[in-house]
This record gives sequence, C-alpha cells and structure tokens, in this order.
Amino acid sequence: MSDYLVQFNNISKFFGKVIALKDVTMRLKKGEIMCLLGDNGAGKSTLIKTLAGVHKPDEGEIIFEDNKIVFDSPKDALDIGIGTVYQDLALVPLMSVTRNFFMGREPQKGIPFLKTFDVEKANKIAADRMGQIGIDVRDPSQAVGTMSGGERQCLAISRAIYFGAKVLVLDEPTSALGVHQASMVLKYIVKAASEGLAVILITHNVHHAYPVGNSFTVLNRGKSMGTFQKKDISREKLLSMMAGGEELDKLEVELQEMDRIHNKN
Amino acid sequence: MSLKSKSISSKSNLNEDERLKKISPLRVLLNRPELGALGGSILVFIFFGIVAGDTGMFSAYGMLNFLDVSANLGIIAIAAAMLMIGGEFDLSIGSMIGFAGICIAIPAIYWGWPLWMSIVFAFAMAVLVGYFNGIMVVKTGLPSFIVTLAMLFILRGLTLAITRLITGRTQVPGLRVLIEDDPLAWLFATDTFKWLFTWLGSLKLIELRTDGTPLATGIPPSVIWFIALTLFATWILMKTRYGNWIFASGGDKVGATNVGVPVGRVKISLFIGTAVASTIFACIQVLDAGSADTMRGTLKELEAIAAAVVGGCLLTGGYGSAIGAAFGAIIFGTVSMGIFYTDVDTDWFKVFLGAMMLIAVVFNNYIRKKVTESK
Repeated sequence: MSDYLVQFNNISKFFGKVIALKDVTMRLKKGEIMCLLGDNGAGKSTLIKTLAGVHKPDEGEIIFEDNKIVFDSPKDALDIGIGTVYQDLALVPLMSVTRNFFMGREPQKGIPFLKTFDVEKANKIAADRMGQIGIDVRDPSQAVGTMSGGERQCLAISRAIYFGAKVLVLDEPTSALGVHQASMVLKYIVKAASEGLAVILITHNVHHAYPVGNSFTVLNRGKSMGTFQKKDISREKLLSMMAGGEELDKLEVELQEMDRIHNKN
Repeated sequence: MSLKSKSISSKSNLNEDERLKKISPLRVLLNRPELGALGGSILVFIFFGIVAGDTGMFSAYGMLNFLDVSANLGIIAIAAAMLMIGGEFDLSIGSMIGFAGICIAIPAIYWGWPLWMSIVFAFAMAVLVGYFNGIMVVKTGLPSFIVTLAMLFILRGLTLAITRLITGRTQVPGLRVLIEDDPLAWLFATDTFKWLFTWLGSLKLIELRTDGTPLATGIPPSVIWFIALTLFATWILMKTRYGNWIFASGGDKVGATNVGVPVGRVKISLFIGTAVASTIFACIQVLDAGSADTMRGTLKELEAIAAAVVGGCLLTGGYGSAIGAAFGAIIFGTVSMGIFYTDVDTDWFKVFLGAMMLIAVVFNNYIRKKVTESK
C-alpha cells in the first residue's frame, strides 16, 4: 500500500482540438491540504470536473486507496468519497438549512411506500454539524438565503464531510468572501484536514492558500508546473509562478520605466 | 483548538443577537407562502358576508355551489402549483381537460367500451401526454412555456379533429346512463354525506324543494377530491424526500443535480401530475354533465396558474405551497360565483382576477427578496 490516499496520474483532457489539461499529476496523503493554484483559464475548472467525475479524463489514471478507478458519473465519485464543493455551492437560498443539508440524501422513516422525510432527525443533525464549526443555527428551518457567504461555504463543506467525503475538492471557497469570512472558512478547512481528510483547495489567491497549504501545485495553460512542498517554496516565488506573477513583474518593470521617463522630463 | 472554537462561538453569539432583533414572529408568519392567499380568502368571505350575506349565497346550496367551482379549479391548481415549485409551467392543462373528456366519451359511446375502461384509457393517455411534455422539456432544455404552449394547440386540435372525424359533431352526449353500476365512475360522480343533508333537511335547517327533499343533496365529488389532493400534495411537499427534491429541482437545477437529486425524473413526474389532475377534472365534469365537449377546459391552464401564483408560488420556482394554491382557487371560485349574488356586473370578474394576480406577484416578489436577503 502506498502512502497516498488518492493519486491523479498524468491526467489529460481534450475538447476537440483544444488541450484543456496535459499530464497533470497530483498525489495526496491523508490530512494533507494541497493547493491548486492557477490564473483564470489555467484549466482549474476542467481539472475539478475531472476529479468530480463530470468529465472523463482522455489520458491518465485515478488511483484511490490503491485501486484504479473510472468514474462514469459524478455519483460514482461521491460514492467512493470524493466530495466536491463547487463555487455555486449547490445550495438553494429559498430552502431551509436542513433541507439544503440533506438535499438529495434525506433521511427517511416509516414503512415502505409510505416513507416520510425524517425532519426532526435531519434538523438535529444539521444543527449539530453546524454547531461543531461554531455556526449557531438557532432555527435550522431558516432559509439559507439569510446566512452569510462564509456560513454558506461552511455549510456546503460540512455537508460534503457528513456524507462521507474522504477527499474534499473545494473550488475557490474564499474568492467571494471578505477577510473575516475567508479566515473562518480557512480555519474550518484546516480543522477538516486535521481530522484525516485530504483537501484539494483550488484558488487563485496565494495569500489564502499559503498559510493553510502543505503542498502547492501550480497550473498554467493546462499544464502542471510542478508540485512543491511548503518548505521548498516561498509565497513570492509561488505568486510569480502563476501566470499572473510574471505578468505583474513585467508590468512593474514597465511602470518603473514610465516613471523614470516621466521624472526625467 | 479550544481557543479557536471560543473565538468563533463568541462571534456567533453576536450573530444570534442580530438575528433576535431581525426576526419577529410576524416576519416568520409573513415568510409562509400561503399567508397571502389565506388572508385574501378571509377578506373575500368578509366582503361577500357583508354585501351578499342575506341573498342565499351562504345557504347550504349556495355554499356548495361556489365550493364546487373552487374545488374544480383547485384540483388543477394544486398540480400546477407543484409543477411551478419544481420550476416549470404547464400551459396544456386546459387542452388536456378537453382531450381527456373525449378519451372517455368516444370509446364509451362509439366503441362500446365499458365506462371504467374508457376512464382508465383517459388516465393512460394523460400519463403519456405528461411524460411527453416532461421528456421534451428535460431532454431539450427548452422553456416549458414553449413546449407546453405547443402541446396546448396540438391537444385542442386533436380533440376537435378526432371528435369531428368520428362523430361528425363537437359534443358527445349520452354518458349519464352509463354511470350507474359502473365500478369506477362513482369515484367521480357520487355526492357524499347525503344522510347529513337529508337529516338537516328533516330538521328544516337547510332549504327544501317543494317535494320535501333538500335542495343541496350532498357534498359533490369535486370537493372531496379537492380536499384529498390538497392534503396529499402538502404531505408530499413537506414530509417526503420527493417533496424536498421538488423544491430543490425548482430552486437550483444545477445545484440539485450536483448533489444527486434526479431532477429530470422529478420534473417528468410533475408534468404527469398536471395531466392526471386535468383528467380528474375532466372525469368529474364529463360525468356530471353527461357529455364531453371539445372546448371544455379552455383557458383553465391560466386560471390554474393564477390560483397557484395567488397561493404564493414564485414564477421562478423553488417556493410555494399546495395549501396556498388551494386558497387561491377558493378565492377565484368564491368571487366568480359570489359576484352573481351582488349588484355588480359579472363582467367585472376578470378585472378582479387580473388585479388579484398583480397584487399577489408584487407581494410574492417582496417576500422572496426578504427571504433571500443575506444579513
């Protein structure tokens, strides 16, 4: 048995003539947070969808707990324990916390053919789980629309964990959040990893990724630029490795040049 | 770790205080989708109680009269509401009523089928039509507005063409004699609680005919169906897994799919639901009148949607209630009948219907904003 909980080896994905992903490799151990960094258009979304079973990789293999796996649908990925939290969170604002938490997987009670949705049990579990992350849901029948962005993100993550995720794939969990809300979500991610989950954190924000990540994979134009352990790479280096970094360096030089010319005149 | 959770929980205490201030019991009540329709119904009853209290509108006979109209509309409004909560429309409800009517009448009268068999046939056709509507919407991703609008024309055209082809007319009479002893027809054609009305009549508590029998003979089947369907739909929506799937499918199709809700199957089943409800409506009316008419049910789809909207359903899906739609139907039924008992010209009914809908939509829109507002 290898050290890794899950391995994505040499994943490639093509859409017609477009190479969306080429030879991307990621390996995660239990309790590891890997940050997947990349600018817009780097192929992050395609990679997530491949991990989540929405797309089938054209090349490469997925190995989960030493077994080679082929996903036919997102449900397959869920069933083996890869829980994906998309940017839109798959939450319905008009529905209650409980109804969202158990959406698609409602606990039931009663006799066959007359089974009912066990609302009391669901309410209790939802309130419990939210309480564990420090979000006090006084009334689990309140609409999700009344919660803050950070709370919604935590609800979606908490739901994925409750339903048996061993690998958590988080798509830009902090991008739409303020500093305070983002730190609340990041704290929760660290806590989840400390309980033995492997986390893939997709982001373009190095400042959010660097404090929580154990390793970093940088994606640029569909190719992996390598995976780095935290001790081997600095925040600045990471930043400049993303396409945005280089661009910004160039921009800085240009601006200095302009400044110089301006001062001369 | 303890430090961390402490800091978070102190924050949540703060939130709790904010929430305590924000949510008053009134707001909780306001957030219920059926509130508007319930309030509307009470207002309508108060209004007619004052204007037409002494005209016989609220006699047993008068009440059964407007309850019957409300119940008929309610049967289709509830199915329409469930479909709307699931995020879709069905404009073919009215045409389906006409189509189901001739599906019962032509086999029974012209082909010599037993009545129960033609009723089963009509329901089978309804399932097919609903399934077709559903699969078209789900597979093509086209708006249900367009797909079912097409079905509105197709079904009405089929109804007319087939009826005229087979019978040479647009009406098929002669069903009444077949009802007796039929093992199925009584479900749609029996007045219930007759003993109660006979008893009340014998006590001279309700109006009597000249021969001494009560004017109102029993609760019409539509009312029983209406009550049963309201309870059934509410149970499904509030108490079952499938109900949660309906809300989820209408609230966010993509999100629901991502967490494993079979959105396509839910929507198809809801389309079958509206077609079957139209057929129940058709059975009751055709057996009551003893004849099928190709134009039966015209414009009923819009009335059903109007009742659902007044009942608190959002046009965008994901929110609403069956009880609300039931009260919506009661409002329309009561006003459409009640207006005969007042001095007001009946032409004004449509004005009322439109105004009521506008108010409901504005009100619903406001509620949705309140509910989805993040703090």
